[in-house]
Amino acid sequence: MDAVVKTSGTERALADQFAAALPRLPGGKAVAAMRTRALENFACDGLPHRRIEDWKYTDLRALMREVLPPAAAPDKAALDRAAKALERHGLEGVRRLVLVDGVFVPALSDVAALEGGLTIRSLASVLADETVHELLLSDDAGAGPMFALNSALMADGLVIDILKDASPARPLHIVHVASGSAPASAYTRSLVRIGANVSATLVESFFAADGAQNYQVNDATMIAVGDGARLDHVRLMEDGREAFNIATLKSVLGRDAAYKIFNLTAGGAVSRYQGVVRFDGQGSRLETYGVNLLNETQHGDTTLVVDHAVPHCASREVFRAVIDDRARSVFQGRIIVRPDAQKTDGKMETRALLLSDEAEVDNKPELEIFADDVTCGHGATAGALDESLLFYLRARGLPEKDAQALLIQAFVGEAIEQIADDRLREAATNAAIRWLEARAS
Amino acid sequence: MPLLEVRNLHVRVEDDGNEILHGLSLTVNKGEVHAIMGPNGSGKSTLSHVLAGKPGYEVTSGEVLFEGEDIFAMEPDERAAKGLFLAFQYPVEIPGVATMNFLRTALNAQRKARGEEEISTPDFLKKVRKVADSLNIPQDMLRRGVNVGFSGGEKKRNEVLQMALFEPKLCILDEMDSGLDIDALRIAADGVNALRSKGRAMIVITHYQRLLNYIVPDHVHVMSKGRVVKSGGKDLALELEASGYAQFEEQAA
Repeated sequence: MDAVVKTSGTERALADQFAAALPRLPGGKAVAAMRTRALENFACDGLPHRRIEDWKYTDLRALMREVLPPAAAPDKAALDRAAKALERHGLEGVRRLVLVDGVFVPALSDVAALEGGLTIRSLASVLADETVHELLLSDDAGAGPMFALNSALMADGLVIDILKDASPARPLHIVHVASGSAPASAYTRSLVRIGANVSATLVESFFAADGAQNYQVNDATMIAVGDGARLDHVRLMEDGREAFNIATLKSVLGRDAAYKIFNLTAGGAVSRYQGVVRFDGQGSRLETYGVNLLNETQHGDTTLVVDHAVPHCASREVFRAVIDDRARSVFQGRIIVRPDAQKTDGKMETRALLLSDEAEVDNKPELEIFADDVTCGHGATAGALDESLLFYLRARGLPEKDAQALLIQAFVGEAIEQIADDRLREAATNAAIRWLEARAS
Repeated sequence: MPLLEVRNLHVRVEDDGNEILHGLSLTVNKGEVHAIMGPNGSGKSTLSHVLAGKPGYEVTSGEVLFEGEDIFAMEPDERAAKGLFLAFQYPVEIPGVATMNFLRTALNAQRKARGEEEISTPDFLKKVRKVADSLNIPQDMLRRGVNVGFSGGEKKRNEVLQMALFEPKLCILDEMDSGLDIDALRIAADGVNALRSKGRAMIVITHYQRLLNYIVPDHVHVMSKGRVVKSGGKDLALELEASGYAQFEEQAA
């Protein structure tokens, strides 16, 4: 049975796509060998399905009927459409780094006058270099088949280095725009290394140009936060309603570091944001805030593993999901406390708001605790909008959808308010409002 | 044409089918203040809920006309935009929705429904400040979530603030005195009295006569077992205070 499934059309098509793409993909012999190994890793399991515990609620074998071929480099028309979309979704006061269909486009980016200690390169140029950083090459096993696929086919992305004590003046904004030229896949990977004592803000946005329909994003972001450094990481996923977005986050925190992640998923037909954050140094703190806004038949999965590998670290996870129509929201949160990680303080809290009888939420909190002197806990609730609050607002003149919108905004606001930067908080609020307005129309 | 006309209204609770209002009739004209008194369980609050459009009730017969229009053909927000206002007995707390944002959103929703322009920010702020000052509501209360952490008196004052801001044609005050001490009651009642006008009517629902010392009604109705069993002038309230509701309960039965 397994053998039959493994050679299903999708996996065969992927192997063919890989063979055709390999000569064009960036990197020398070492990179090509790594890609081939990664594809073999992927092929062992194939597209993840519901019998794999980690993918129980997101059966890609059933959801992803076809894997689209890798995207061609964007032409003039594609870049024009992307530029238009940027006018609508762009942010002020940030250093913008734009990937169109997975390819870095310096002409749409802001790479002039870099602050001292900040270097920004394209992944393609780094892979072509002889000395590829080990973080880009290692550790495919364990991160799952979709990350292995990313390793095999990654074409471009950003490699950002910030030296010790060299805090950038502006947030760094990595923008993924789908131009909608043709149904295609974009395999991107970015590496962000934050030196000791640096305070930085990283923003990631995913959206599409007008008219973009069927496309697939497979992204990976690798982050190393240095000792005493602080990173605020905001991610806004507003991909098109027919798009797939499978993204992997791998972060490692040094000593006395502070890392704050905010993710909003409002787009995509099917999405999965899977993260692994590992504490490598004592005295560090992680805060993650997540918001899923899903309707129609959207499927949004957030899967997060927090690995307390060392003592005296704290982690907080707060997750809010708003689910309408026949949409489905998945939250899997695992906290691992290794035997040495005494004095770990880990908490996880998820709440879901179900706006229709057919909406579905799956919550899977897991605590794997191997140390004895720790404080860990989790809580999960799911429910409908409070009828008495709705009636109060309606009695004050708010039509039903507007009253719901105000309460939904308040519900997700508890997570959005945690974004420190005013402009980014506003950007996240606007993304939520866009979802609410589309829902009301 | 009366502002509000309730004719032979029968209402039951959707969940258990219990009939609460058994043929209630009431006519309210512009400029009048009507008090509705009655014992617990007589249907006073149900009447206010049904008029405002709260879900969970089924109207089995009778009709209610607001300025000649069938009220049951309107959604709760449409009734609000047409000038019907219910001051809640227990105003809800809405965490995460700042009072100022709520007030402006509600006011503009009503204006939009009436085909009017949105209010400008300076005009809105000026208006809110003026009303808030007269009700002794500090500005920092308006920055908090709607009613979040408000005392009983503050919640009621917030209801009166909204009433002043939305300028409704008909105000229904549901047990405004419940949970208020004398000072809080006086401030709220003064706010209500300031809104009395020729163009506006009020229905004051209360269990106790005390409130009617502060808001003096033109008409008093006694409700028992889901209908009005006696109507009179303001003296009827005093009479009730002396003799109690028992006589009417027997009468209704």
